[in-house]
Amino acid sequence: MSVLDPVVELVRGLGTTLKMMFERPVTVQYPEEKRPVRPRFRGRHVLKRYDNGLEKCIGCSLCAAACPADAIFVEAGENTDERRFSPGERYASTYEINMIRCIFCGYCEDACPTEAIVLGDNYELSFFDRRSAIYTKDMLLESVASEEMLTPQKTEPGKYNRQSVPLMKNPQD
Amino acid sequence: MTKQVTLTIDGKQVTVAAGMNVVDAAKTVGIDIPVFCHHPKLEPVGMCRMCLVEIGRPMRDRATGQIVMENGAAKIQFMPKLETACTNKVEEGMVVLTQSEKAKDGQRGTVEFLLTSHPLDCPICDKGGECPLQNLTMAHGPGKSRFLFDEKYRLGKAIPLGNLIVLDQERCIQCARCIRFQDEIVGDSVLGFDDRSRGMRIMTSSDPGFDSVFSGNTTDICPVGALTTRDFRFEARPWELESAASICTQCPVGCNITLNTRREARAQGDFVIKRVMPRQNEEVNEIWICDKGRFAYHYTTSKRRLTRPLVRKKNPSTSLRAGEERFPRASWDAATKAAADQFMAMKKDFVILASGRLANEDLFNLKSLAYHAGGQAYLYSHIGGGEPTTLVGVGAGTNFGTMGPETAIVVVASDLYEEAPIWYLRVKQAADRGANLIVLNPRETKLDRFASYVVRYAYGDEVKAVQDLGRKSRISDAFVNAQNAIILFGSDGLGLDGTASLASACARLLFDTEHIGKPNNGLIGVWERANDQGAWEMGFEVAEDLPKALKGKAVYIVGADPVGDDPKLAKALETAEFIVVQDVMETATTEIADVVLPARAFIEREGTLTSGERRVQRFYPAVPPVGESRADFSITSQLARHMGIVLEGTSVSAVFEILADSVKSFEGLTYAKVSEVKPQWPIVGRGDMYYGGTTYENTLGMGAHLTAAAGRGETVRIARVQREAAPRPKEKELLAVPVNKLYDRGTTVMMSADLLRDRIGGPMIALHPEAAKNLGLEAGQLVTISFNGISGDATVKFDETISVGVALVPRSMGLAIREPIPAKVRPQRGQG
Repeated sequence: MSVLDPVVELVRGLGTTLKMMFERPVTVQYPEEKRPVRPRFRGRHVLKRYDNGLEKCIGCSLCAAACPADAIFVEAGENTDERRFSPGERYASTYEINMIRCIFCGYCEDACPTEAIVLGDNYELSFFDRRSAIYTKDMLLESVASEEMLTPQKTEPGKYNRQSVPLMKNPQD
Repeated sequence: MTKQVTLTIDGKQVTVAAGMNVVDAAKTVGIDIPVFCHHPKLEPVGMCRMCLVEIGRPMRDRATGQIVMENGAAKIQFMPKLETACTNKVEEGMVVLTQSEKAKDGQRGTVEFLLTSHPLDCPICDKGGECPLQNLTMAHGPGKSRFLFDEKYRLGKAIPLGNLIVLDQERCIQCARCIRFQDEIVGDSVLGFDDRSRGMRIMTSSDPGFDSVFSGNTTDICPVGALTTRDFRFEARPWELESAASICTQCPVGCNITLNTRREARAQGDFVIKRVMPRQNEEVNEIWICDKGRFAYHYTTSKRRLTRPLVRKKNPSTSLRAGEERFPRASWDAATKAAADQFMAMKKDFVILASGRLANEDLFNLKSLAYHAGGQAYLYSHIGGGEPTTLVGVGAGTNFGTMGPETAIVVVASDLYEEAPIWYLRVKQAADRGANLIVLNPRETKLDRFASYVVRYAYGDEVKAVQDLGRKSRISDAFVNAQNAIILFGSDGLGLDGTASLASACARLLFDTEHIGKPNNGLIGVWERANDQGAWEMGFEVAEDLPKALKGKAVYIVGADPVGDDPKLAKALETAEFIVVQDVMETATTEIADVVLPARAFIEREGTLTSGERRVQRFYPAVPPVGESRADFSITSQLARHMGIVLEGTSVSAVFEILADSVKSFEGLTYAKVSEVKPQWPIVGRGDMYYGGTTYENTLGMGAHLTAAAGRGETVRIARVQREAAPRPKEKELLAVPVNKLYDRGTTVMMSADLLRDRIGGPMIALHPEAAKNLGLEAGQLVTISFNGISGDATVKFDETISVGVALVPRSMGLAIREPIPAKVRPQRGQG
């Protein structure tokens, strides 16, 4: 072992440092800067709508049944053509997720028969009190492009029956 | 004893009574043969083909008729094809294979066929989660269908069958359980099939649709989500519900029910009742309940519930300033003290008016309070004749389900279909089994169709009609010579003394013919409320002249609304010295009260009720209490303490123990005893909803019978009949007679009015067309009827079965009628 060895190691180490100085840093300036999430990322839930604005959720409570943390609470109501929230007979009149309880396992997404609930890419969930951790249906629903797409909608009698709920496709990423 | 038959099912030896079918026989040893159309309470039809099994029978030699033996055992000959286990009766030596590849293949195929046009909309179906079709598809289905999805046959969804039941034609698998229930068990054939093959669907032939008070039961036995109730539509998923055992408080039958509860956002996250389901008790309600019991529970969550004690301000008219409340809130201690001080000051002029809606423990504490304070305790009821039922009431062990040809059942002055629907159902079925049903009524009732003998008497002649049963005639032979005889008496067209006389006459007849003190023998009162019988047992009496009894007294009214019921009582109470009202809801009586004490509804507390069949049954709390309300027995105890009287007020079972020690007919009963259960047939609930429907299994008590004086071997002395006949209406005068309606305008029903509106209807009177013609009235016309110094409006309905001189006035429909009374009917001004 030569006495010069520590010097060589030191130079090699500093060399790496020197090399990194000219590369793009991996750190981002959060919260000014955000990194895009992966396609399968499981963030805050979103309740999806169809293209015409009607809600995909039919209030079946299967997400609540599948939830291992008992974070979801659903109450259902009956659609009329005068006040239509979703195609078919049933819609969710109350939909609440307690984000403190949620463990972001995605079982609700799996259980949903209409692909209505989807875990989105929002991970910025912090609360000052427990009450504000409860996300209601208004907070979870997707935003719409125009006002007439908001629910409830007044629809043509007989246009939206059970068959108007589109069939599910096999899941892709 | 019936003949026993031994057969082998899946290698298990089974011995059952001859005449049983294979499905039921398998069930007794825990082998589940899947079924849809078969129901243990209905006749088998073999429509769904789900129960296909392999059945082999001992082979017989054609020449000799002898059983062919092989290796020392009977040679078993299997049918080449599968057979339905529900239509095949058990036979000696039969061998049944339910798990063979052939049988399983048959069941797999049946499920595949049943699902060809099923919409599979389980996520939005109210039955999803407790659905036989779901369960059996998972257990026996093929997993994949060979039928094309696009070729599914589409039918109507959410079609109202009447205003209580919703039909989904697509989900129906045509098992006809609902139709058969209406035909066989109820005897109201209001449902049927329309069209054929894949287009076959349930339809109702009555107007209004599904006109039966038992309609809710069809949703329980429907093996799919085709029939669901309007009340529970999309309210909750079955797996989210919690259940509490309870007793229905709508009538004296005392049906065992289960209250399903769930937290609700509308109630700020509190538990609320979501639905009422039957709970099996083969000795009381079997697995059925009526629609009133199922749907009229909404009053418990009414906005008009009393939530805190109130004490009226002195001289409100003078000292009431803006923003000041007429009833400022008071503490429990202050309110009960204020009441107690007044009661003590009044000494003997202290009257308790208790409703038969209260539990046994409440009534007992009230009775004790009256006894120790030296006051009077009255039962608030328009039906008298309680004392005879405590003497010769039905013996312990009475069960309508066991009555057959050896029994005579007399129903006098009661329309059971309207007053106690489940008794109607049970009496009808006893008649189907061969019991001699004798109906005595001045007008036609639904029960007449199943009666062996129908006797019509004029209003006022009921006592004579009953006495005639003891005189020699064909009808009396059927009654007198019957091994067992039971009499149900009611208040159809009768007031207080009328029912009291009738009860005495019935008791005398039973006594003379020795139909007392044994099971399936004795007297049953068709009371107004759930626990009137309990009140009679504890020695409560009805005041013959209630207005007089209330005048100038300090009155403690518990669970009753005399002001709202009768203007005469309202007037009498105006002169009362001091009024304390203890109730669950705001009523016209709480308006005039000096102290209002909020009580818990039966869903929020524990207690026991005594049914008309003298069975003590226990109910359990289902939801947390509203506001500061307390249980009735506990309020009475607190009030009593301020009067220096010590009554048990914390433990409801301790009150019951004291009650059992003091009241003879309750002797030996404890909470543990009334909570006992025994094995029942058919086996319902548990893991398999497909067999008996969604009725709950009874795990928390079937109740226990009281003893009657006659059963205890005491000397029975029956009071003399007060009156033989009532006055008849004179010419050009109508006799207004009170009758009872199931859906009346009482507080407990009206709160569910959204659902039952069409069934309740408005105030009406029924007249014979002849009588109406004499008065120049038409059907549907609005008239003013006046009697007793009061008058009210009502719509005229024609009824050809009543006599010309009477007008039927339903009780609790806005017209304060308590007993038969001469009345004037005239068209409203501006009409006719």
